Amino acid sequence: MAGKPKLYYFDGRGKMESVRWLLAAAGVEFEEEFLETREQYEKLLQGGSLLFQQVPMVEIDGMKMVQTRAILSYIAAKYNLYGKDLKERALIDMYVGGTDDLMGFIMMFPFLSAEDKEKQRAVVVQKATSRYFPAYEKVLKDHGQDFLVGNNFSWADVHLLEAILMVEEKKSDVLSGFPQLQAFKARISSIPTIKKFLEPGSQRKPVPDDKYVETVRRVLRMYYDVKAN
Amino acid sequence: MSGKPKLHYFNGRGRMESIRWLLAAAGVEFEECFLETKDDLTKLQKDGSLLFQQVPMVEIDGMKMVQSRAIANYISAKYNLYGKDLKERALIDMYVEGITDLNELIMYHPSQPADKKEQHFATIVDKATNRYFPVYEKVLKDHGQDFLVGSRLSKADVQLLETILMAEECKPDILAKFPLLQSFKARISNIPTIKKFLQPGSQRKPPLLEKDVPKVMKIFY
Repeated sequence: MAGKPKLYYFDGRGKMESVRWLLAAAGVEFEEEFLETREQYEKLLQGGSLLFQQVPMVEIDGMKMVQTRAILSYIAAKYNLYGKDLKERALIDMYVGGTDDLMGFIMMFPFLSAEDKEKQRAVVVQKATSRYFPAYEKVLKDHGQDFLVGNNFSWADVHLLEAILMVEEKKSDVLSGFPQLQAFKARISSIPTIKKFLEPGSQRKPVPDDKYVETVRRVLRMYYDVKAN
Repeated sequence: MSGKPKLHYFNGRGRMESIRWLLAAAGVEFEECFLETKDDLTKLQKDGSLLFQQVPMVEIDGMKMVQSRAIANYISAKYNLYGKDLKERALIDMYVEGITDLNELIMYHPSQPADKKEQHFATIVDKATNRYFPVYEKVLKDHGQDFLVGSRLSKADVQLLETILMAEECKPDILAKFPLLQSFKARISNIPTIKKFLQPGSQRKPPLLEKDVPKVMKIFY
């Protein structure tokens, strides 16, 4: 019946990385099929596997799920990472919305020109330090608990850790004004499933490089210039 | 306890319109506080009401909710527009995310620079008729039911109707090749709460006129 979830995407972070993080955090083993050629993508399209002709796509529990947010919500609910009631879910959704927006500023990075990369780096750091990190720092400070919501590990914690690490890759001391987030980072990184995911050899993907960009452009025939937002 | 939900946004559709639709569909009365100037936004930012310094913000059940998806999800779950189990929720989420992508394309049309407008319009029509509408037409055809998911009204039906109407404002005959979407549109529009929302005098907002774009930009930039 249902085997392991199977992820269809490029061999790189992109929009699938948050899914990898969440499955890993939940201790769920998963398989991956990497898109390398246009032919593979067209085969998926022709087979009717991609509801809106796009990846990410995840085969899970007999469904071919698309739309990253839908996939993440399903996984979070299934593995008890979505709070215990409506109000906790509301908080988790709000917090995840913020980290999603923050990571969105980083997502197009590899596709930018060298000059635009520098500009975007500054934008990412500015948004992180003036808009997003202060919000999460305050949440943690106000309730003094280990996790963002409901004193329990949730999707919001996984997503925030992912975002923190991504921003640190752009500026390694970006957490220097945020002691709560520093402690949070250490704490969540030590959770056994997450610790394992952070070790070499896991399915976590490295910072995207030119080869990744080339693959995406080739498979999707996406040859236009990408501008920063 | 808490009174009616209170919506904070500018007096226009933007990212708040889907929330107005959901509340209206659920038969929930709501109040609105319109941002007219940058000062109005700054005031909200300064008093700590906006978690990420942004609107939409909705005061509901003692919370100051931000992030349109979070707000829409909360309302949908609270008013039983989110399916009966995890799998129905998964379908609803997939359908809503897809239609939101189209909705956003249309949302950004009035603010496109003059030299990009025609191409942007062509993109809207292309995506609507080749990517999104065929999907929902097929869903309805395959199960033959009145609603997209689980034989009852959900967030997915409400948002699909909203986006169909927005697409028709761009191109009135855009549903020409989609007979099931045409009957879907008629059917969902007839639901009493939605019918009421579609009448003049409701809190539904008109499309943003090009001449009003600068005023809205001034609030946010």
